Amino acid sequence: MTLARFFQRRGPKREQSNDDLPDLWSKCPNCGAQIYNKELEQALRVCPKCAFHHRLPVKKRIEALSDAGSFELTSGKVRSVDALKFTDTESYPSRLERTKKKTGRENAIMAGRATLGGLRIQLIVMDFDYSGGSMGSAEGEEITRAVEIAAREKRAVVLVATSGGARMQEGALSLMQMAKTTFALEELGMEKMPYITVLTDPTTGGVAASFAAIGDVIVGEPGALVGFAGQRVIQQTIKQNLPEGFQRTEFLEEHGMIDMVLDRREHRQMLADLISTLTNQPAVEVKAIEVEVTPVPAKGGLFGRRG
Amino acid sequence: MALEFEKPVIELETRIAELETYGKENGVDMTDELELMTKRLERLRSETFDALSRWQRVQLARVAGRPTALDYFAKTFTHYRELHGDRAIGEDAAIVGGLARLEGRGVVVIGQQKGRDTKENIQRNFGMAHPEGFRKAMRLMDLAEKFDLPIITLIDTPGAYPGIAAEERGQAWLIAQSIQRMTRLKVPVISVVIGEGGSGGALAIAVGNKVLIFENAVYSVISPESCAVIAWKDVKEAEKAAEALKLTARDLLQFDIVDSVIPEPKGGAHNDANLAAENLKKALLEQLQSLESLSSLELMQQRSARFRKLGAIEELA
Repeated sequence: MTLARFFQRRGPKREQSNDDLPDLWSKCPNCGAQIYNKELEQALRVCPKCAFHHRLPVKKRIEALSDAGSFELTSGKVRSVDALKFTDTESYPSRLERTKKKTGRENAIMAGRATLGGLRIQLIVMDFDYSGGSMGSAEGEEITRAVEIAAREKRAVVLVATSGGARMQEGALSLMQMAKTTFALEELGMEKMPYITVLTDPTTGGVAASFAAIGDVIVGEPGALVGFAGQRVIQQTIKQNLPEGFQRTEFLEEHGMIDMVLDRREHRQMLADLISTLTNQPAVEVKAIEVEVTPVPAKGGLFGRRG
Repeated sequence: MALEFEKPVIELETRIAELETYGKENGVDMTDELELMTKRLERLRSETFDALSRWQRVQLARVAGRPTALDYFAKTFTHYRELHGDRAIGEDAAIVGGLARLEGRGVVVIGQQKGRDTKENIQRNFGMAHPEGFRKAMRLMDLAEKFDLPIITLIDTPGAYPGIAAEERGQAWLIAQSIQRMTRLKVPVISVVIGEGGSGGALAIAVGNKVLIFENAVYSVISPESCAVIAWKDVKEAEKAAEALKLTARDLLQFDIVDSVIPEPKGGAHNDANLAAENLKKALLEQLQSLESLSSLELMQQRSARFRKLGAIEELA
């Protein structure tokens, strides 16, 4: 990032979420406080000073929402095919290949069986680093399969959403994933298994307008942007400025669209309470997680840690 | 107003008509000339309309004068009785619907409605629904299910409206709920893309047991213009984007996104709305017949299986 661009940025911007932070200090983009990365990691990347929620990498999210060592991966088995032979400034297969190299993932979904306070769950986490969490055929298929497993094995589903929307390069095939995933969730509902969505920054477009919005309970992370249309599109359409806090989770809670805005550090116990009550199981006390902090040698100083 | 590529055809049609009138008025026998020119017209029509580019089809799908949902409700069906309101917040004129009869059989019809002139376009918000429109659609689906009537949905929208009020009232939520409502409908549902199938706002009422599309209609995850801005940073590349998005009836048939294609009169549905309406009727009757023998459970299973297989993926070892 150039210095010029750094100063251009308006408002706190969430950093790209590397899996591990270097053994260094970071500056909170919201309050400007200097925070020791180890401390930030232990707080699930919530600023200890101002509670700003930094983006949490997929693997850390899984740690944060499951019992230690319980996660068993079921996803990673499908890849999107370039059915449209889509090429703009770069061919779609080459774009996918680059994204795979960058993230080590075949698609934007990581899903698997887990327990939370001993409760059986299926955890589905979207990865914003993978093509902005966009939903193509592979992502739709992974979510559908994960939900089908949950329906079969009677597991509650916890889905952590983040996405720019349906993936343009797969045309109407991406659009169809909105319906496909919804059918699977209906099956889950027939088994009377809870479906809880956690909306994180940002969740928009076709993902917001399908499986993310139909959770039995919808939990929003503080300050996360969630909505159907992108802010630039709305601004161009209506030619006025958008109101303060527009499309943020606090705004959505006020308008009755989500159940709660909740600090990430409290998600574990909340999800366990919701699931155990909905499925009429005894209440559980979830063990607080102990985030393992792997020291990573520092390189490039404070601003050098972008992936 | 005629599209650029239609102009030579329209010019020739006008000249033939003029020649005919001239011959009649002046008692001159023009038979040979007319025959020659009519043959030329046939050839020109074929050259123009048999190999339309994707961008040309996008233009045809949006052309002023193309039959809208209300036109089909009036021509394909009888006894159309429009019902209004979402029973919660208001009435959204971008989505219309109500009761109708198809060859005597009672059905519930729902469609996105673009305006047929500027004034109506403003009233109908160019066919771009707010949350109320989707809530109205769901209310009509409830009605159909209660009285065991098949549902016909006609899709024609640039997309759901991107505005402040729409977001405040949960645009994403209502689209998602409408999709969800359609997944568990116990009655036959046939969805037909009659013009422009614009993204989530289109899909919200397009989760049918059968999904059909008119020959020159398009259905896409994003408009060619928006795609051009994202991919090439230039709205003028919309033609390229239309090609890349593979959004025509023929493309979608290949991906199994639609089950069949309804033929249009030569040059597009706007040239003969009655014939287009007749073709729609034929297609609907045929599809309804294939669905009527299915039980509620079988209908839900068929619809689920239909969408379950959509997507282009490869399995990894």
